[in-house]
Amino acid sequence: MSTPARYWREIPQRYRLEANKCSSCGKIFFPPRLLCNVCQSKDLEKTKLAETGKVLTYTIIRVPPHQFVDQAPYAVGIVELDDGVKIMGQVVDCDFEDIKIGMKVKVEFRKLFDVGESGILCYGYKFVPQLR
Amino acid sequence: MREVAAIGVGITKWGELWKKSFRDIYVETALLALEDAGVDRIDSMYVGSMSSGLFVGQEHIAALLADYLGQTPVPSTRVETACASGGLALKLGYMEVASGMSDVVLVSGIEKMTDVSGNEATYALGTAADQEYEGYHGITFPGLYALIAVAHMEKYGTTREQMAMVSVKNHKNGTKNPVAQFPFEITVDQVLNSVMVADPLRILDCSPITDGAAAIILYPAELAKKMGKPVVKIIGTGHATDTIELSQRTDITWLNATYLAAKSAYAMADKKPEDIDLVEVHDCFTIAEICVTEALGFIEKGKGGEAVEQELTAIDGKIPVNPSGGLKSKGHPVGASGVAQAVEVVKQLRSDCCDRQVSDARIGMTQNMGGSGASAVVHIFERE
Repeated sequence: MSTPARYWREIPQRYRLEANKCSSCGKIFFPPRLLCNVCQSKDLEKTKLAETGKVLTYTIIRVPPHQFVDQAPYAVGIVELDDGVKIMGQVVDCDFEDIKIGMKVKVEFRKLFDVGESGILCYGYKFVPQLR
Repeated sequence: MREVAAIGVGITKWGELWKKSFRDIYVETALLALEDAGVDRIDSMYVGSMSSGLFVGQEHIAALLADYLGQTPVPSTRVETACASGGLALKLGYMEVASGMSDVVLVSGIEKMTDVSGNEATYALGTAADQEYEGYHGITFPGLYALIAVAHMEKYGTTREQMAMVSVKNHKNGTKNPVAQFPFEITVDQVLNSVMVADPLRILDCSPITDGAAAIILYPAELAKKMGKPVVKIIGTGHATDTIELSQRTDITWLNATYLAAKSAYAMADKKPEDIDLVEVHDCFTIAEICVTEALGFIEKGKGGEAVEQELTAIDGKIPVNPSGGLKSKGHPVGASGVAQAVEVVKQLRSDCCDRQVSDARIGMTQNMGGSGASAVVHIFERE
């Protein structure tokens, strides 16, 4: 099992959607990077991701990895946020048959999984349908 | 650079090999390649293995396997690029012979995947994805390819049945391959009614968990000609990368690393897709074969599904794809698959494939990829 440091380092991204943006070409990186992969600039400024977007593609996981055994089946999608950044996450709070390409979602802070008796609870973001 | 030939190949029966250890599977297979080449010593060896650490709790396998093969103190190198580890081992072995650094190089791949439970194997394979931003959200490998499948179906109208036909074709080819893990035929209905793994992919869309190894001996082509054996040369090699995270690609349905690796290999070999007589591709999932045939330039973008339906990729079609049975029927010991593809192509070009022989095969290709396509290695072979 990893030490909590590996988890702790990712908290700004996972809890608060902290990202960074290339000052030279404008590309947004999530998670934040040290170097722009388009123009190689090292000049990146802090930013935060949009909290709404739409589903680009999705699947229902029925055979999960061991940390997710008690959650299956669950839906995972790739969402394009309103700022153009694409991220992966679970799509929750709706029936599987209601998930469609193009569905409008918002990002919410949720528990993702826990790692057992000596471990820690692991949090992050999931996608939920936007209210009509 | 010197021209390089494959002068010996080895592959043993693949499957759930509970009675055999990691090292014994390796040695049995490598010995077949040495015997086929007619050599008893090597100058150097490469071993492709994705995750011996997670599958059998053993790292440092390059030295372990050199020792058990009776080849210490030769330099031995383990190569890892997820499921493209075997293909990359072949590229490095090629470079070592082409450069003149060594004459006899053993290129091999191995994975023993059934010593862990299914969930643990799913986890181990999942480490080929971005662990912090994909794996953390519970995605699996079938899941990643399901995301590609849903997008391909939406964008190009690819159907569920067309994907099933990839599996049916590869299983049919696999019935003729004595080393295949699942050498039996299946029907479209069986695929469509099999257990759902990650919608819309079902268990019969997925390559299996497999124990197995494959090996090839490389040698300078000029010296090989003097041995009086059929000489199969590697005439092109290409290798490229893409974002490891599927979501970061401009087009989720397009395997750009495969496209770029093929472009390099075609340029080096001075060949075009029309020149290729057969290809072994990385059909880890049915949708993968569809996308790969498009990226390699055999089939128009978006028409990979239709091509299977029209039997263009059958063993007697326009471009025979996976005459060995592919990963689906032959099995997918991840680190070994890239080398096994080359074993099949070499055998095909030597006309050694009996019932599954592609007629008049002179030029063949292999395409091996890792993760959801972030690593791709393509090779082109030609019989003298």
